[in-house]
Amino acid sequence: MDSDNTIICRCEDLTLAEVQEVIDEGYTTIEEIKRICRLGMGPCRGSTCLQLIDRILANQQNCGREEIKMPTNRPPLEGIKMMEIAGDVDEK
Amino acid sequence: MKNSAKVVVIGGGVVGLAVAYNLARLGVKDVVVLERAYLGSGATSRCGAGIRQQWGTEMNCKLAKKSMDIFEEMNEMLEVKRDIELKQKGYLLLAFSDKEMEQFRKNLEVQSKFDIPSREVTPEEAKEIVPHLNLEGIVGGAFCPTDGHANPFLVTEAYAKAAKRLGVEIYTYTEALDIEKKNDKITAVLTDKGKIKTDKVVNTAGGYSQQIGEMVDLELPVKSERHEILVTEKVAPLQGPMVMSFSYNIYCQQTPEGPFLMGYGDPNEPESYNINASWHFLEEMTKKATRLLPPLKHIRVVRQWAGLYNITPDRQPIIAEAEEVPGFYMAIGFSGHGFMIAPMTGVILAEMIADEELSMDLKLDLGRFERGDLILEPSVV
Repeated sequence: MDSDNTIICRCEDLTLAEVQEVIDEGYTTIEEIKRICRLGMGPCRGSTCLQLIDRILANQQNCGREEIKMPTNRPPLEGIKMMEIAGDVDEK
Repeated sequence: MKNSAKVVVIGGGVVGLAVAYNLARLGVKDVVVLERAYLGSGATSRCGAGIRQQWGTEMNCKLAKKSMDIFEEMNEMLEVKRDIELKQKGYLLLAFSDKEMEQFRKNLEVQSKFDIPSREVTPEEAKEIVPHLNLEGIVGGAFCPTDGHANPFLVTEAYAKAAKRLGVEIYTYTEALDIEKKNDKITAVLTDKGKIKTDKVVNTAGGYSQQIGEMVDLELPVKSERHEILVTEKVAPLQGPMVMSFSYNIYCQQTPEGPFLMGYGDPNEPESYNINASWHFLEEMTKKATRLLPPLKHIRVVRQWAGLYNITPDRQPIIAEAEEVPGFYMAIGFSGHGFMIAPMTGVILAEMIADEELSMDLKLDLGRFERGDLILEPSVV
């Protein structure tokens, strides 16, 4: 696979090579990796990249995908405009 | 894992790692850092990422100014792999009453003593600095152009890597369980991975610092309190400075990557270790932010979370050795502004531990609370 042209996280435009570089520095959990390179922190909230990163880490660590811990799932479930939460906003 | 160390630092957040790096820089060998999860997993990576020098007490002003000087040099000083994303576009503080403006003027006087380039601004000047600001109710403000933002994850990483290069051993997913003493002297730290003999322990456990205090029978005058925060999707550059108000109770800034980060302090928040996010916060926060900064209403909230403030009665940290327990050092009780003053805290506490001359006159001991010798920091959200 051409790791320079394989996108893992579309929101943050991260390639497989870039993610692999972070892993090679010794980061072993998704919580750590996302804080270093912002994987999964964009508006889609990790809907694609989290299902790829756990395979990559499982391969690397010679374990099953189920053993790779997912990062804390934080609300809201999907992006919501501030005005939709705040209700009517004074336009002044 | 090592079974003995010169110094054991408990807490792998930005403060603990800054202390460890500075100890190694001063030539102290055999420094160990214990972190029960991953580095920065507590308050550090949950914080608002702001760096402010506009404080009301001399100690906070001095620590903040000197820390900003270090942030400005940090990429070179720590030979970072990743830029720490320092952005100096200022903090705009807003006053909603004449009384609040009076307090700002007093604070500005203290700040000017330490060469902090802050100044008073009129509502019109505030609007020039942040054009989308809703001026309703605002009587004035203060602005410091060199305040700003840095990436807490990457600052933590920078300190950790620099410390490791100097020989510091960092054990993540390793929890300190107890501290052993003999005749009032510290002899070892007990962890879930084994015992480390030492006579010097540094408490940098953030929101859990009081639990580390209990291990040496110290009842520390700090309490922990949840503070919530949210982040939006990335948008094009819209707002340079952090916009902040103590009375309206908000801080809100756009980070260099594009998302807005914002929070407020809930006056009814009880003392606890709760770090769950709440719907109440989301509703209140979006109302506050869209009223003060109307264009934000079109931006999407992506994520919300919470972290712990570790609060002292005077809202200033404790950076000292405990007189009652020789060898027990603390950098705790940052009251919501630990990230921004971590660099200078690391320098000073390392100097104390290494018995070097202090590069700054500092009076943030534990005894001040018993003496009643408190100067209250008025500027905290």
